[in-house]
Amino acid sequence: MGEVYVITSGKGGVGKTTTTANIGAALAMEGKKVVLLDADIGLRNLDVVLGLENRIVYDLIDVTEGTCRLKQALVRDKRFDGLYLLPAAQTRDKTAVSPEQMQDLCKELREQFDYVLIDCPAGIEQGFKNAVAGADKAIVVTIPEVSAVRDADRIIGLLASNDLPYPQLIINRLRVDMVKRGDMMNIDDTIDILGIDLLGVVPDDESIVVSTNKGEPVVADGNSLASKAFRNIAKRLEGARIPIMDLETDDSLMDKLKRLFGMGKK
Amino acid sequence: MFDFFKFFSKEESSSKNIAKERLKLVLIHDRANVSPKFLDMIKGDIMKVISDYMEFDSDEIDIRITRVQNEDSDYTSALIANIPIKKMKKIGKNPG
Repeated sequence: MGEVYVITSGKGGVGKTTTTANIGAALAMEGKKVVLLDADIGLRNLDVVLGLENRIVYDLIDVTEGTCRLKQALVRDKRFDGLYLLPAAQTRDKTAVSPEQMQDLCKELREQFDYVLIDCPAGIEQGFKNAVAGADKAIVVTIPEVSAVRDADRIIGLLASNDLPYPQLIINRLRVDMVKRGDMMNIDDTIDILGIDLLGVVPDDESIVVSTNKGEPVVADGNSLASKAFRNIAKRLEGARIPIMDLETDDSLMDKLKRLFGMGKK
Repeated sequence: MFDFFKFFSKEESSSKNIAKERLKLVLIHDRANVSPKFLDMIKGDIMKVISDYMEFDSDEIDIRITRVQNEDSDYTSALIANIPIKKMKKIGKNPG
């Protein structure tokens, strides 16, 4: 029996879809059977991030409305053994599916997969309610900016009132250079404010843009920092105790001393 | 604890600290609004404590979290309770 995770953020554009695609691909690389469920009905994007947009025949709404069987709608990713996509409908809206239907769908999927990862739409309305309805656990993605952290905090509150009281945090797009200058909140600042457990930190990395351009999850390329970060997150979900990558995010005592005597850069 | 380095490195004015302080304040307000139960819980507890000392109409109690301006004209969050008293109990005057 698999586990159902919802990946959410409140704010749009912080990297939910990229995170879903890459954790899913990384879990498949670990030998797990994974299905990625795009719950962003009307604004689907998980298909293009994965590069599977040309292989969609049926979608989530076709399944819930009984137009096709679940198996027919699943798109198999040929590059990652065990990775499947259940695409969202693009020409419908969030009201085309109900939280009850999502629960039933998750129940059916969890019997066939080790992991069901739900890519939640931005916002706190119907789409959010649908996406969280069938989930056992939640992952909150944020970036170290005030608007994203504020929305993440709101989402954490809403998850708690939807029986998901202990979400795990992914801090995305951390810029080490800016953190060093004191111009971006660091890992500790963000955890301190949000008060939930940290699942992983993904540095800001150009390789994400490049891989999304090509429709290939970045985890397929073993060298980039973001790729390593996502693979670490997948291993942590599997129960491995892997420390957060050393990104030199905080000033060392020496840096502080240097700055104190005006020797270092500001 | 006094943070020696923070003090001398003027870290307080770095933009990330400004961000953090602003977030902390705004979240006090946001969090109070997340659950409608939250203020009811506070209201219930306050009523429990003060009912030994005075009589009041529980429907008239107004409790909210709001932003107030302090002397430095900075905004900060405050819990405001307005509880009209019907009658004081004589508990203080007449012990035992």
